[in-house]
Amino acid sequence: MEHLELFLKSIFIDNMVFATFLGMCSYLAVSKKVSTAVGLGAAVIFVLAITVPLNWLLDQYLLQPGALAWLGEDYADYDLSFLSFIMFIATIATMVQLVEIVVEKFSPSLYNSLGIFLPLIAVNCAILGGSLFMQSREIPTLGLATVYGIGSGIGWFLAILAIAAIREKIRYSNVPAPLRGLGITFIITGLMAIGFMSFGGMLTGDNEKIQDEKQAVLPKEDIKTLPLKDNENSDEKKEEKVLANNIKK
Amino acid sequence: MGLLSKKDSKLILDPLADNNPITIQVLGICSALAITAELKAAIVMAISVMAVLAIGNVAISLLRNIIPSKIRIIVQLVVVAALVIIVDLILKAYSYQLSKTLSVFVGLIITNCIIMGRFEAFALANGPWRSFLDGIGNAAGYGLILVIVGFFRELLGSGTLLGFKILGDPIEKTGLYAIGYENNGFMLLSPMALIVVGIIIWVQRSRNKALIEDH
Repeated sequence: MEHLELFLKSIFIDNMVFATFLGMCSYLAVSKKVSTAVGLGAAVIFVLAITVPLNWLLDQYLLQPGALAWLGEDYADYDLSFLSFIMFIATIATMVQLVEIVVEKFSPSLYNSLGIFLPLIAVNCAILGGSLFMQSREIPTLGLATVYGIGSGIGWFLAILAIAAIREKIRYSNVPAPLRGLGITFIITGLMAIGFMSFGGMLTGDNEKIQDEKQAVLPKEDIKTLPLKDNENSDEKKEEKVLANNIKK
Repeated sequence: MGLLSKKDSKLILDPLADNNPITIQVLGICSALAITAELKAAIVMAISVMAVLAIGNVAISLLRNIIPSKIRIIVQLVVVAALVIIVDLILKAYSYQLSKTLSVFVGLIITNCIIMGRFEAFALANGPWRSFLDGIGNAAGYGLILVIVGFFRELLGSGTLLGFKILGDPIEKTGLYAIGYENNGFMLLSPMALIVVGIIIWVQRSRNKALIEDH
């Protein structure tokens, strides 16, 4: 259950592109045709599914404060977490290279379709972002880390597939000349991101952390500035009034 | 500019407008969008990227004849990662709150496409001084967009700039709020950053018709 929840959450709610804007460079550059978008998306799922669990192991047994305890008592209070950037990016670059060699050897047809995208992926922020979010959200087990990697990969895949399909169609519409190409893509992505925000209500667990940005939207001042005469009414009515005020906004 | 030759000053001025890394070259978008809800975070991010890009460009330019071309990506990543670790530690030491706000996005400077893009396109083929200027110029162009987006999002979203209440106090209803102005909380949400950048691109391309794409 926990795994399924994290899986859905990483695809829809914390979608790499629409919620955190990771991997935007390749998202914008490679989304002109659906076929290439599918290739890159598949490669991203593949690499994320490998690197996130691998970096989880690195983080757990090498980098965290006290992670070196398995080497012996003397090492128990080492804190190597400042090395995590360089370790993560090294893992990612090596894995990408390794995956490229393995795929080339065993499945030349897949290699030909992914070919040019694989080396690009080493510098895709979605990949490093996946590992860094895994670290900062303190994902507890290896299984969850794998699920998180695959889920964010699928989320990225969905996003690039959707924008590529829209961009193929949009060439038939009459977009204002200066907005054509990049400009309209930005605005469509913004609108899609607003759409994806509605998934935020899908899972409302008890210990769900509300992001600071989202909290800021609720006009807090309304609660303070409610007219005093409301005090005599029941609490229920007060809540209703706050709600109504919020909706009006 | 008396200090710089005409060719050199072009290196700094070009990326500010007609060859802007974000709106024209489409590099380094991720961080431009995620951290611009406050002007202060945007400025700090711009300065961090400038430091990393300028120093990294010089380092790669000095190493350009030594690096074998097959492993250049790994070498570049190591140089950037080392610089970013330094930036991250400095931020943590002197401005802990801000480094919490920027969270993983400091680390993501490593994969900021501007950095790798300029290393590949410029530093590998030019001397250290020109690479340094190119780094400053491109980071300034990037920072310019960040500051513009941050300015509008903070002003319209929370009515403040750098934390100062520009438009009056929303709770005590002073300034603009007295005549019924309300903050647009929508501007604080990240999707609005995309739309603001889209509008910047629109304005820029309407002014300079040469930049318009056919599709």
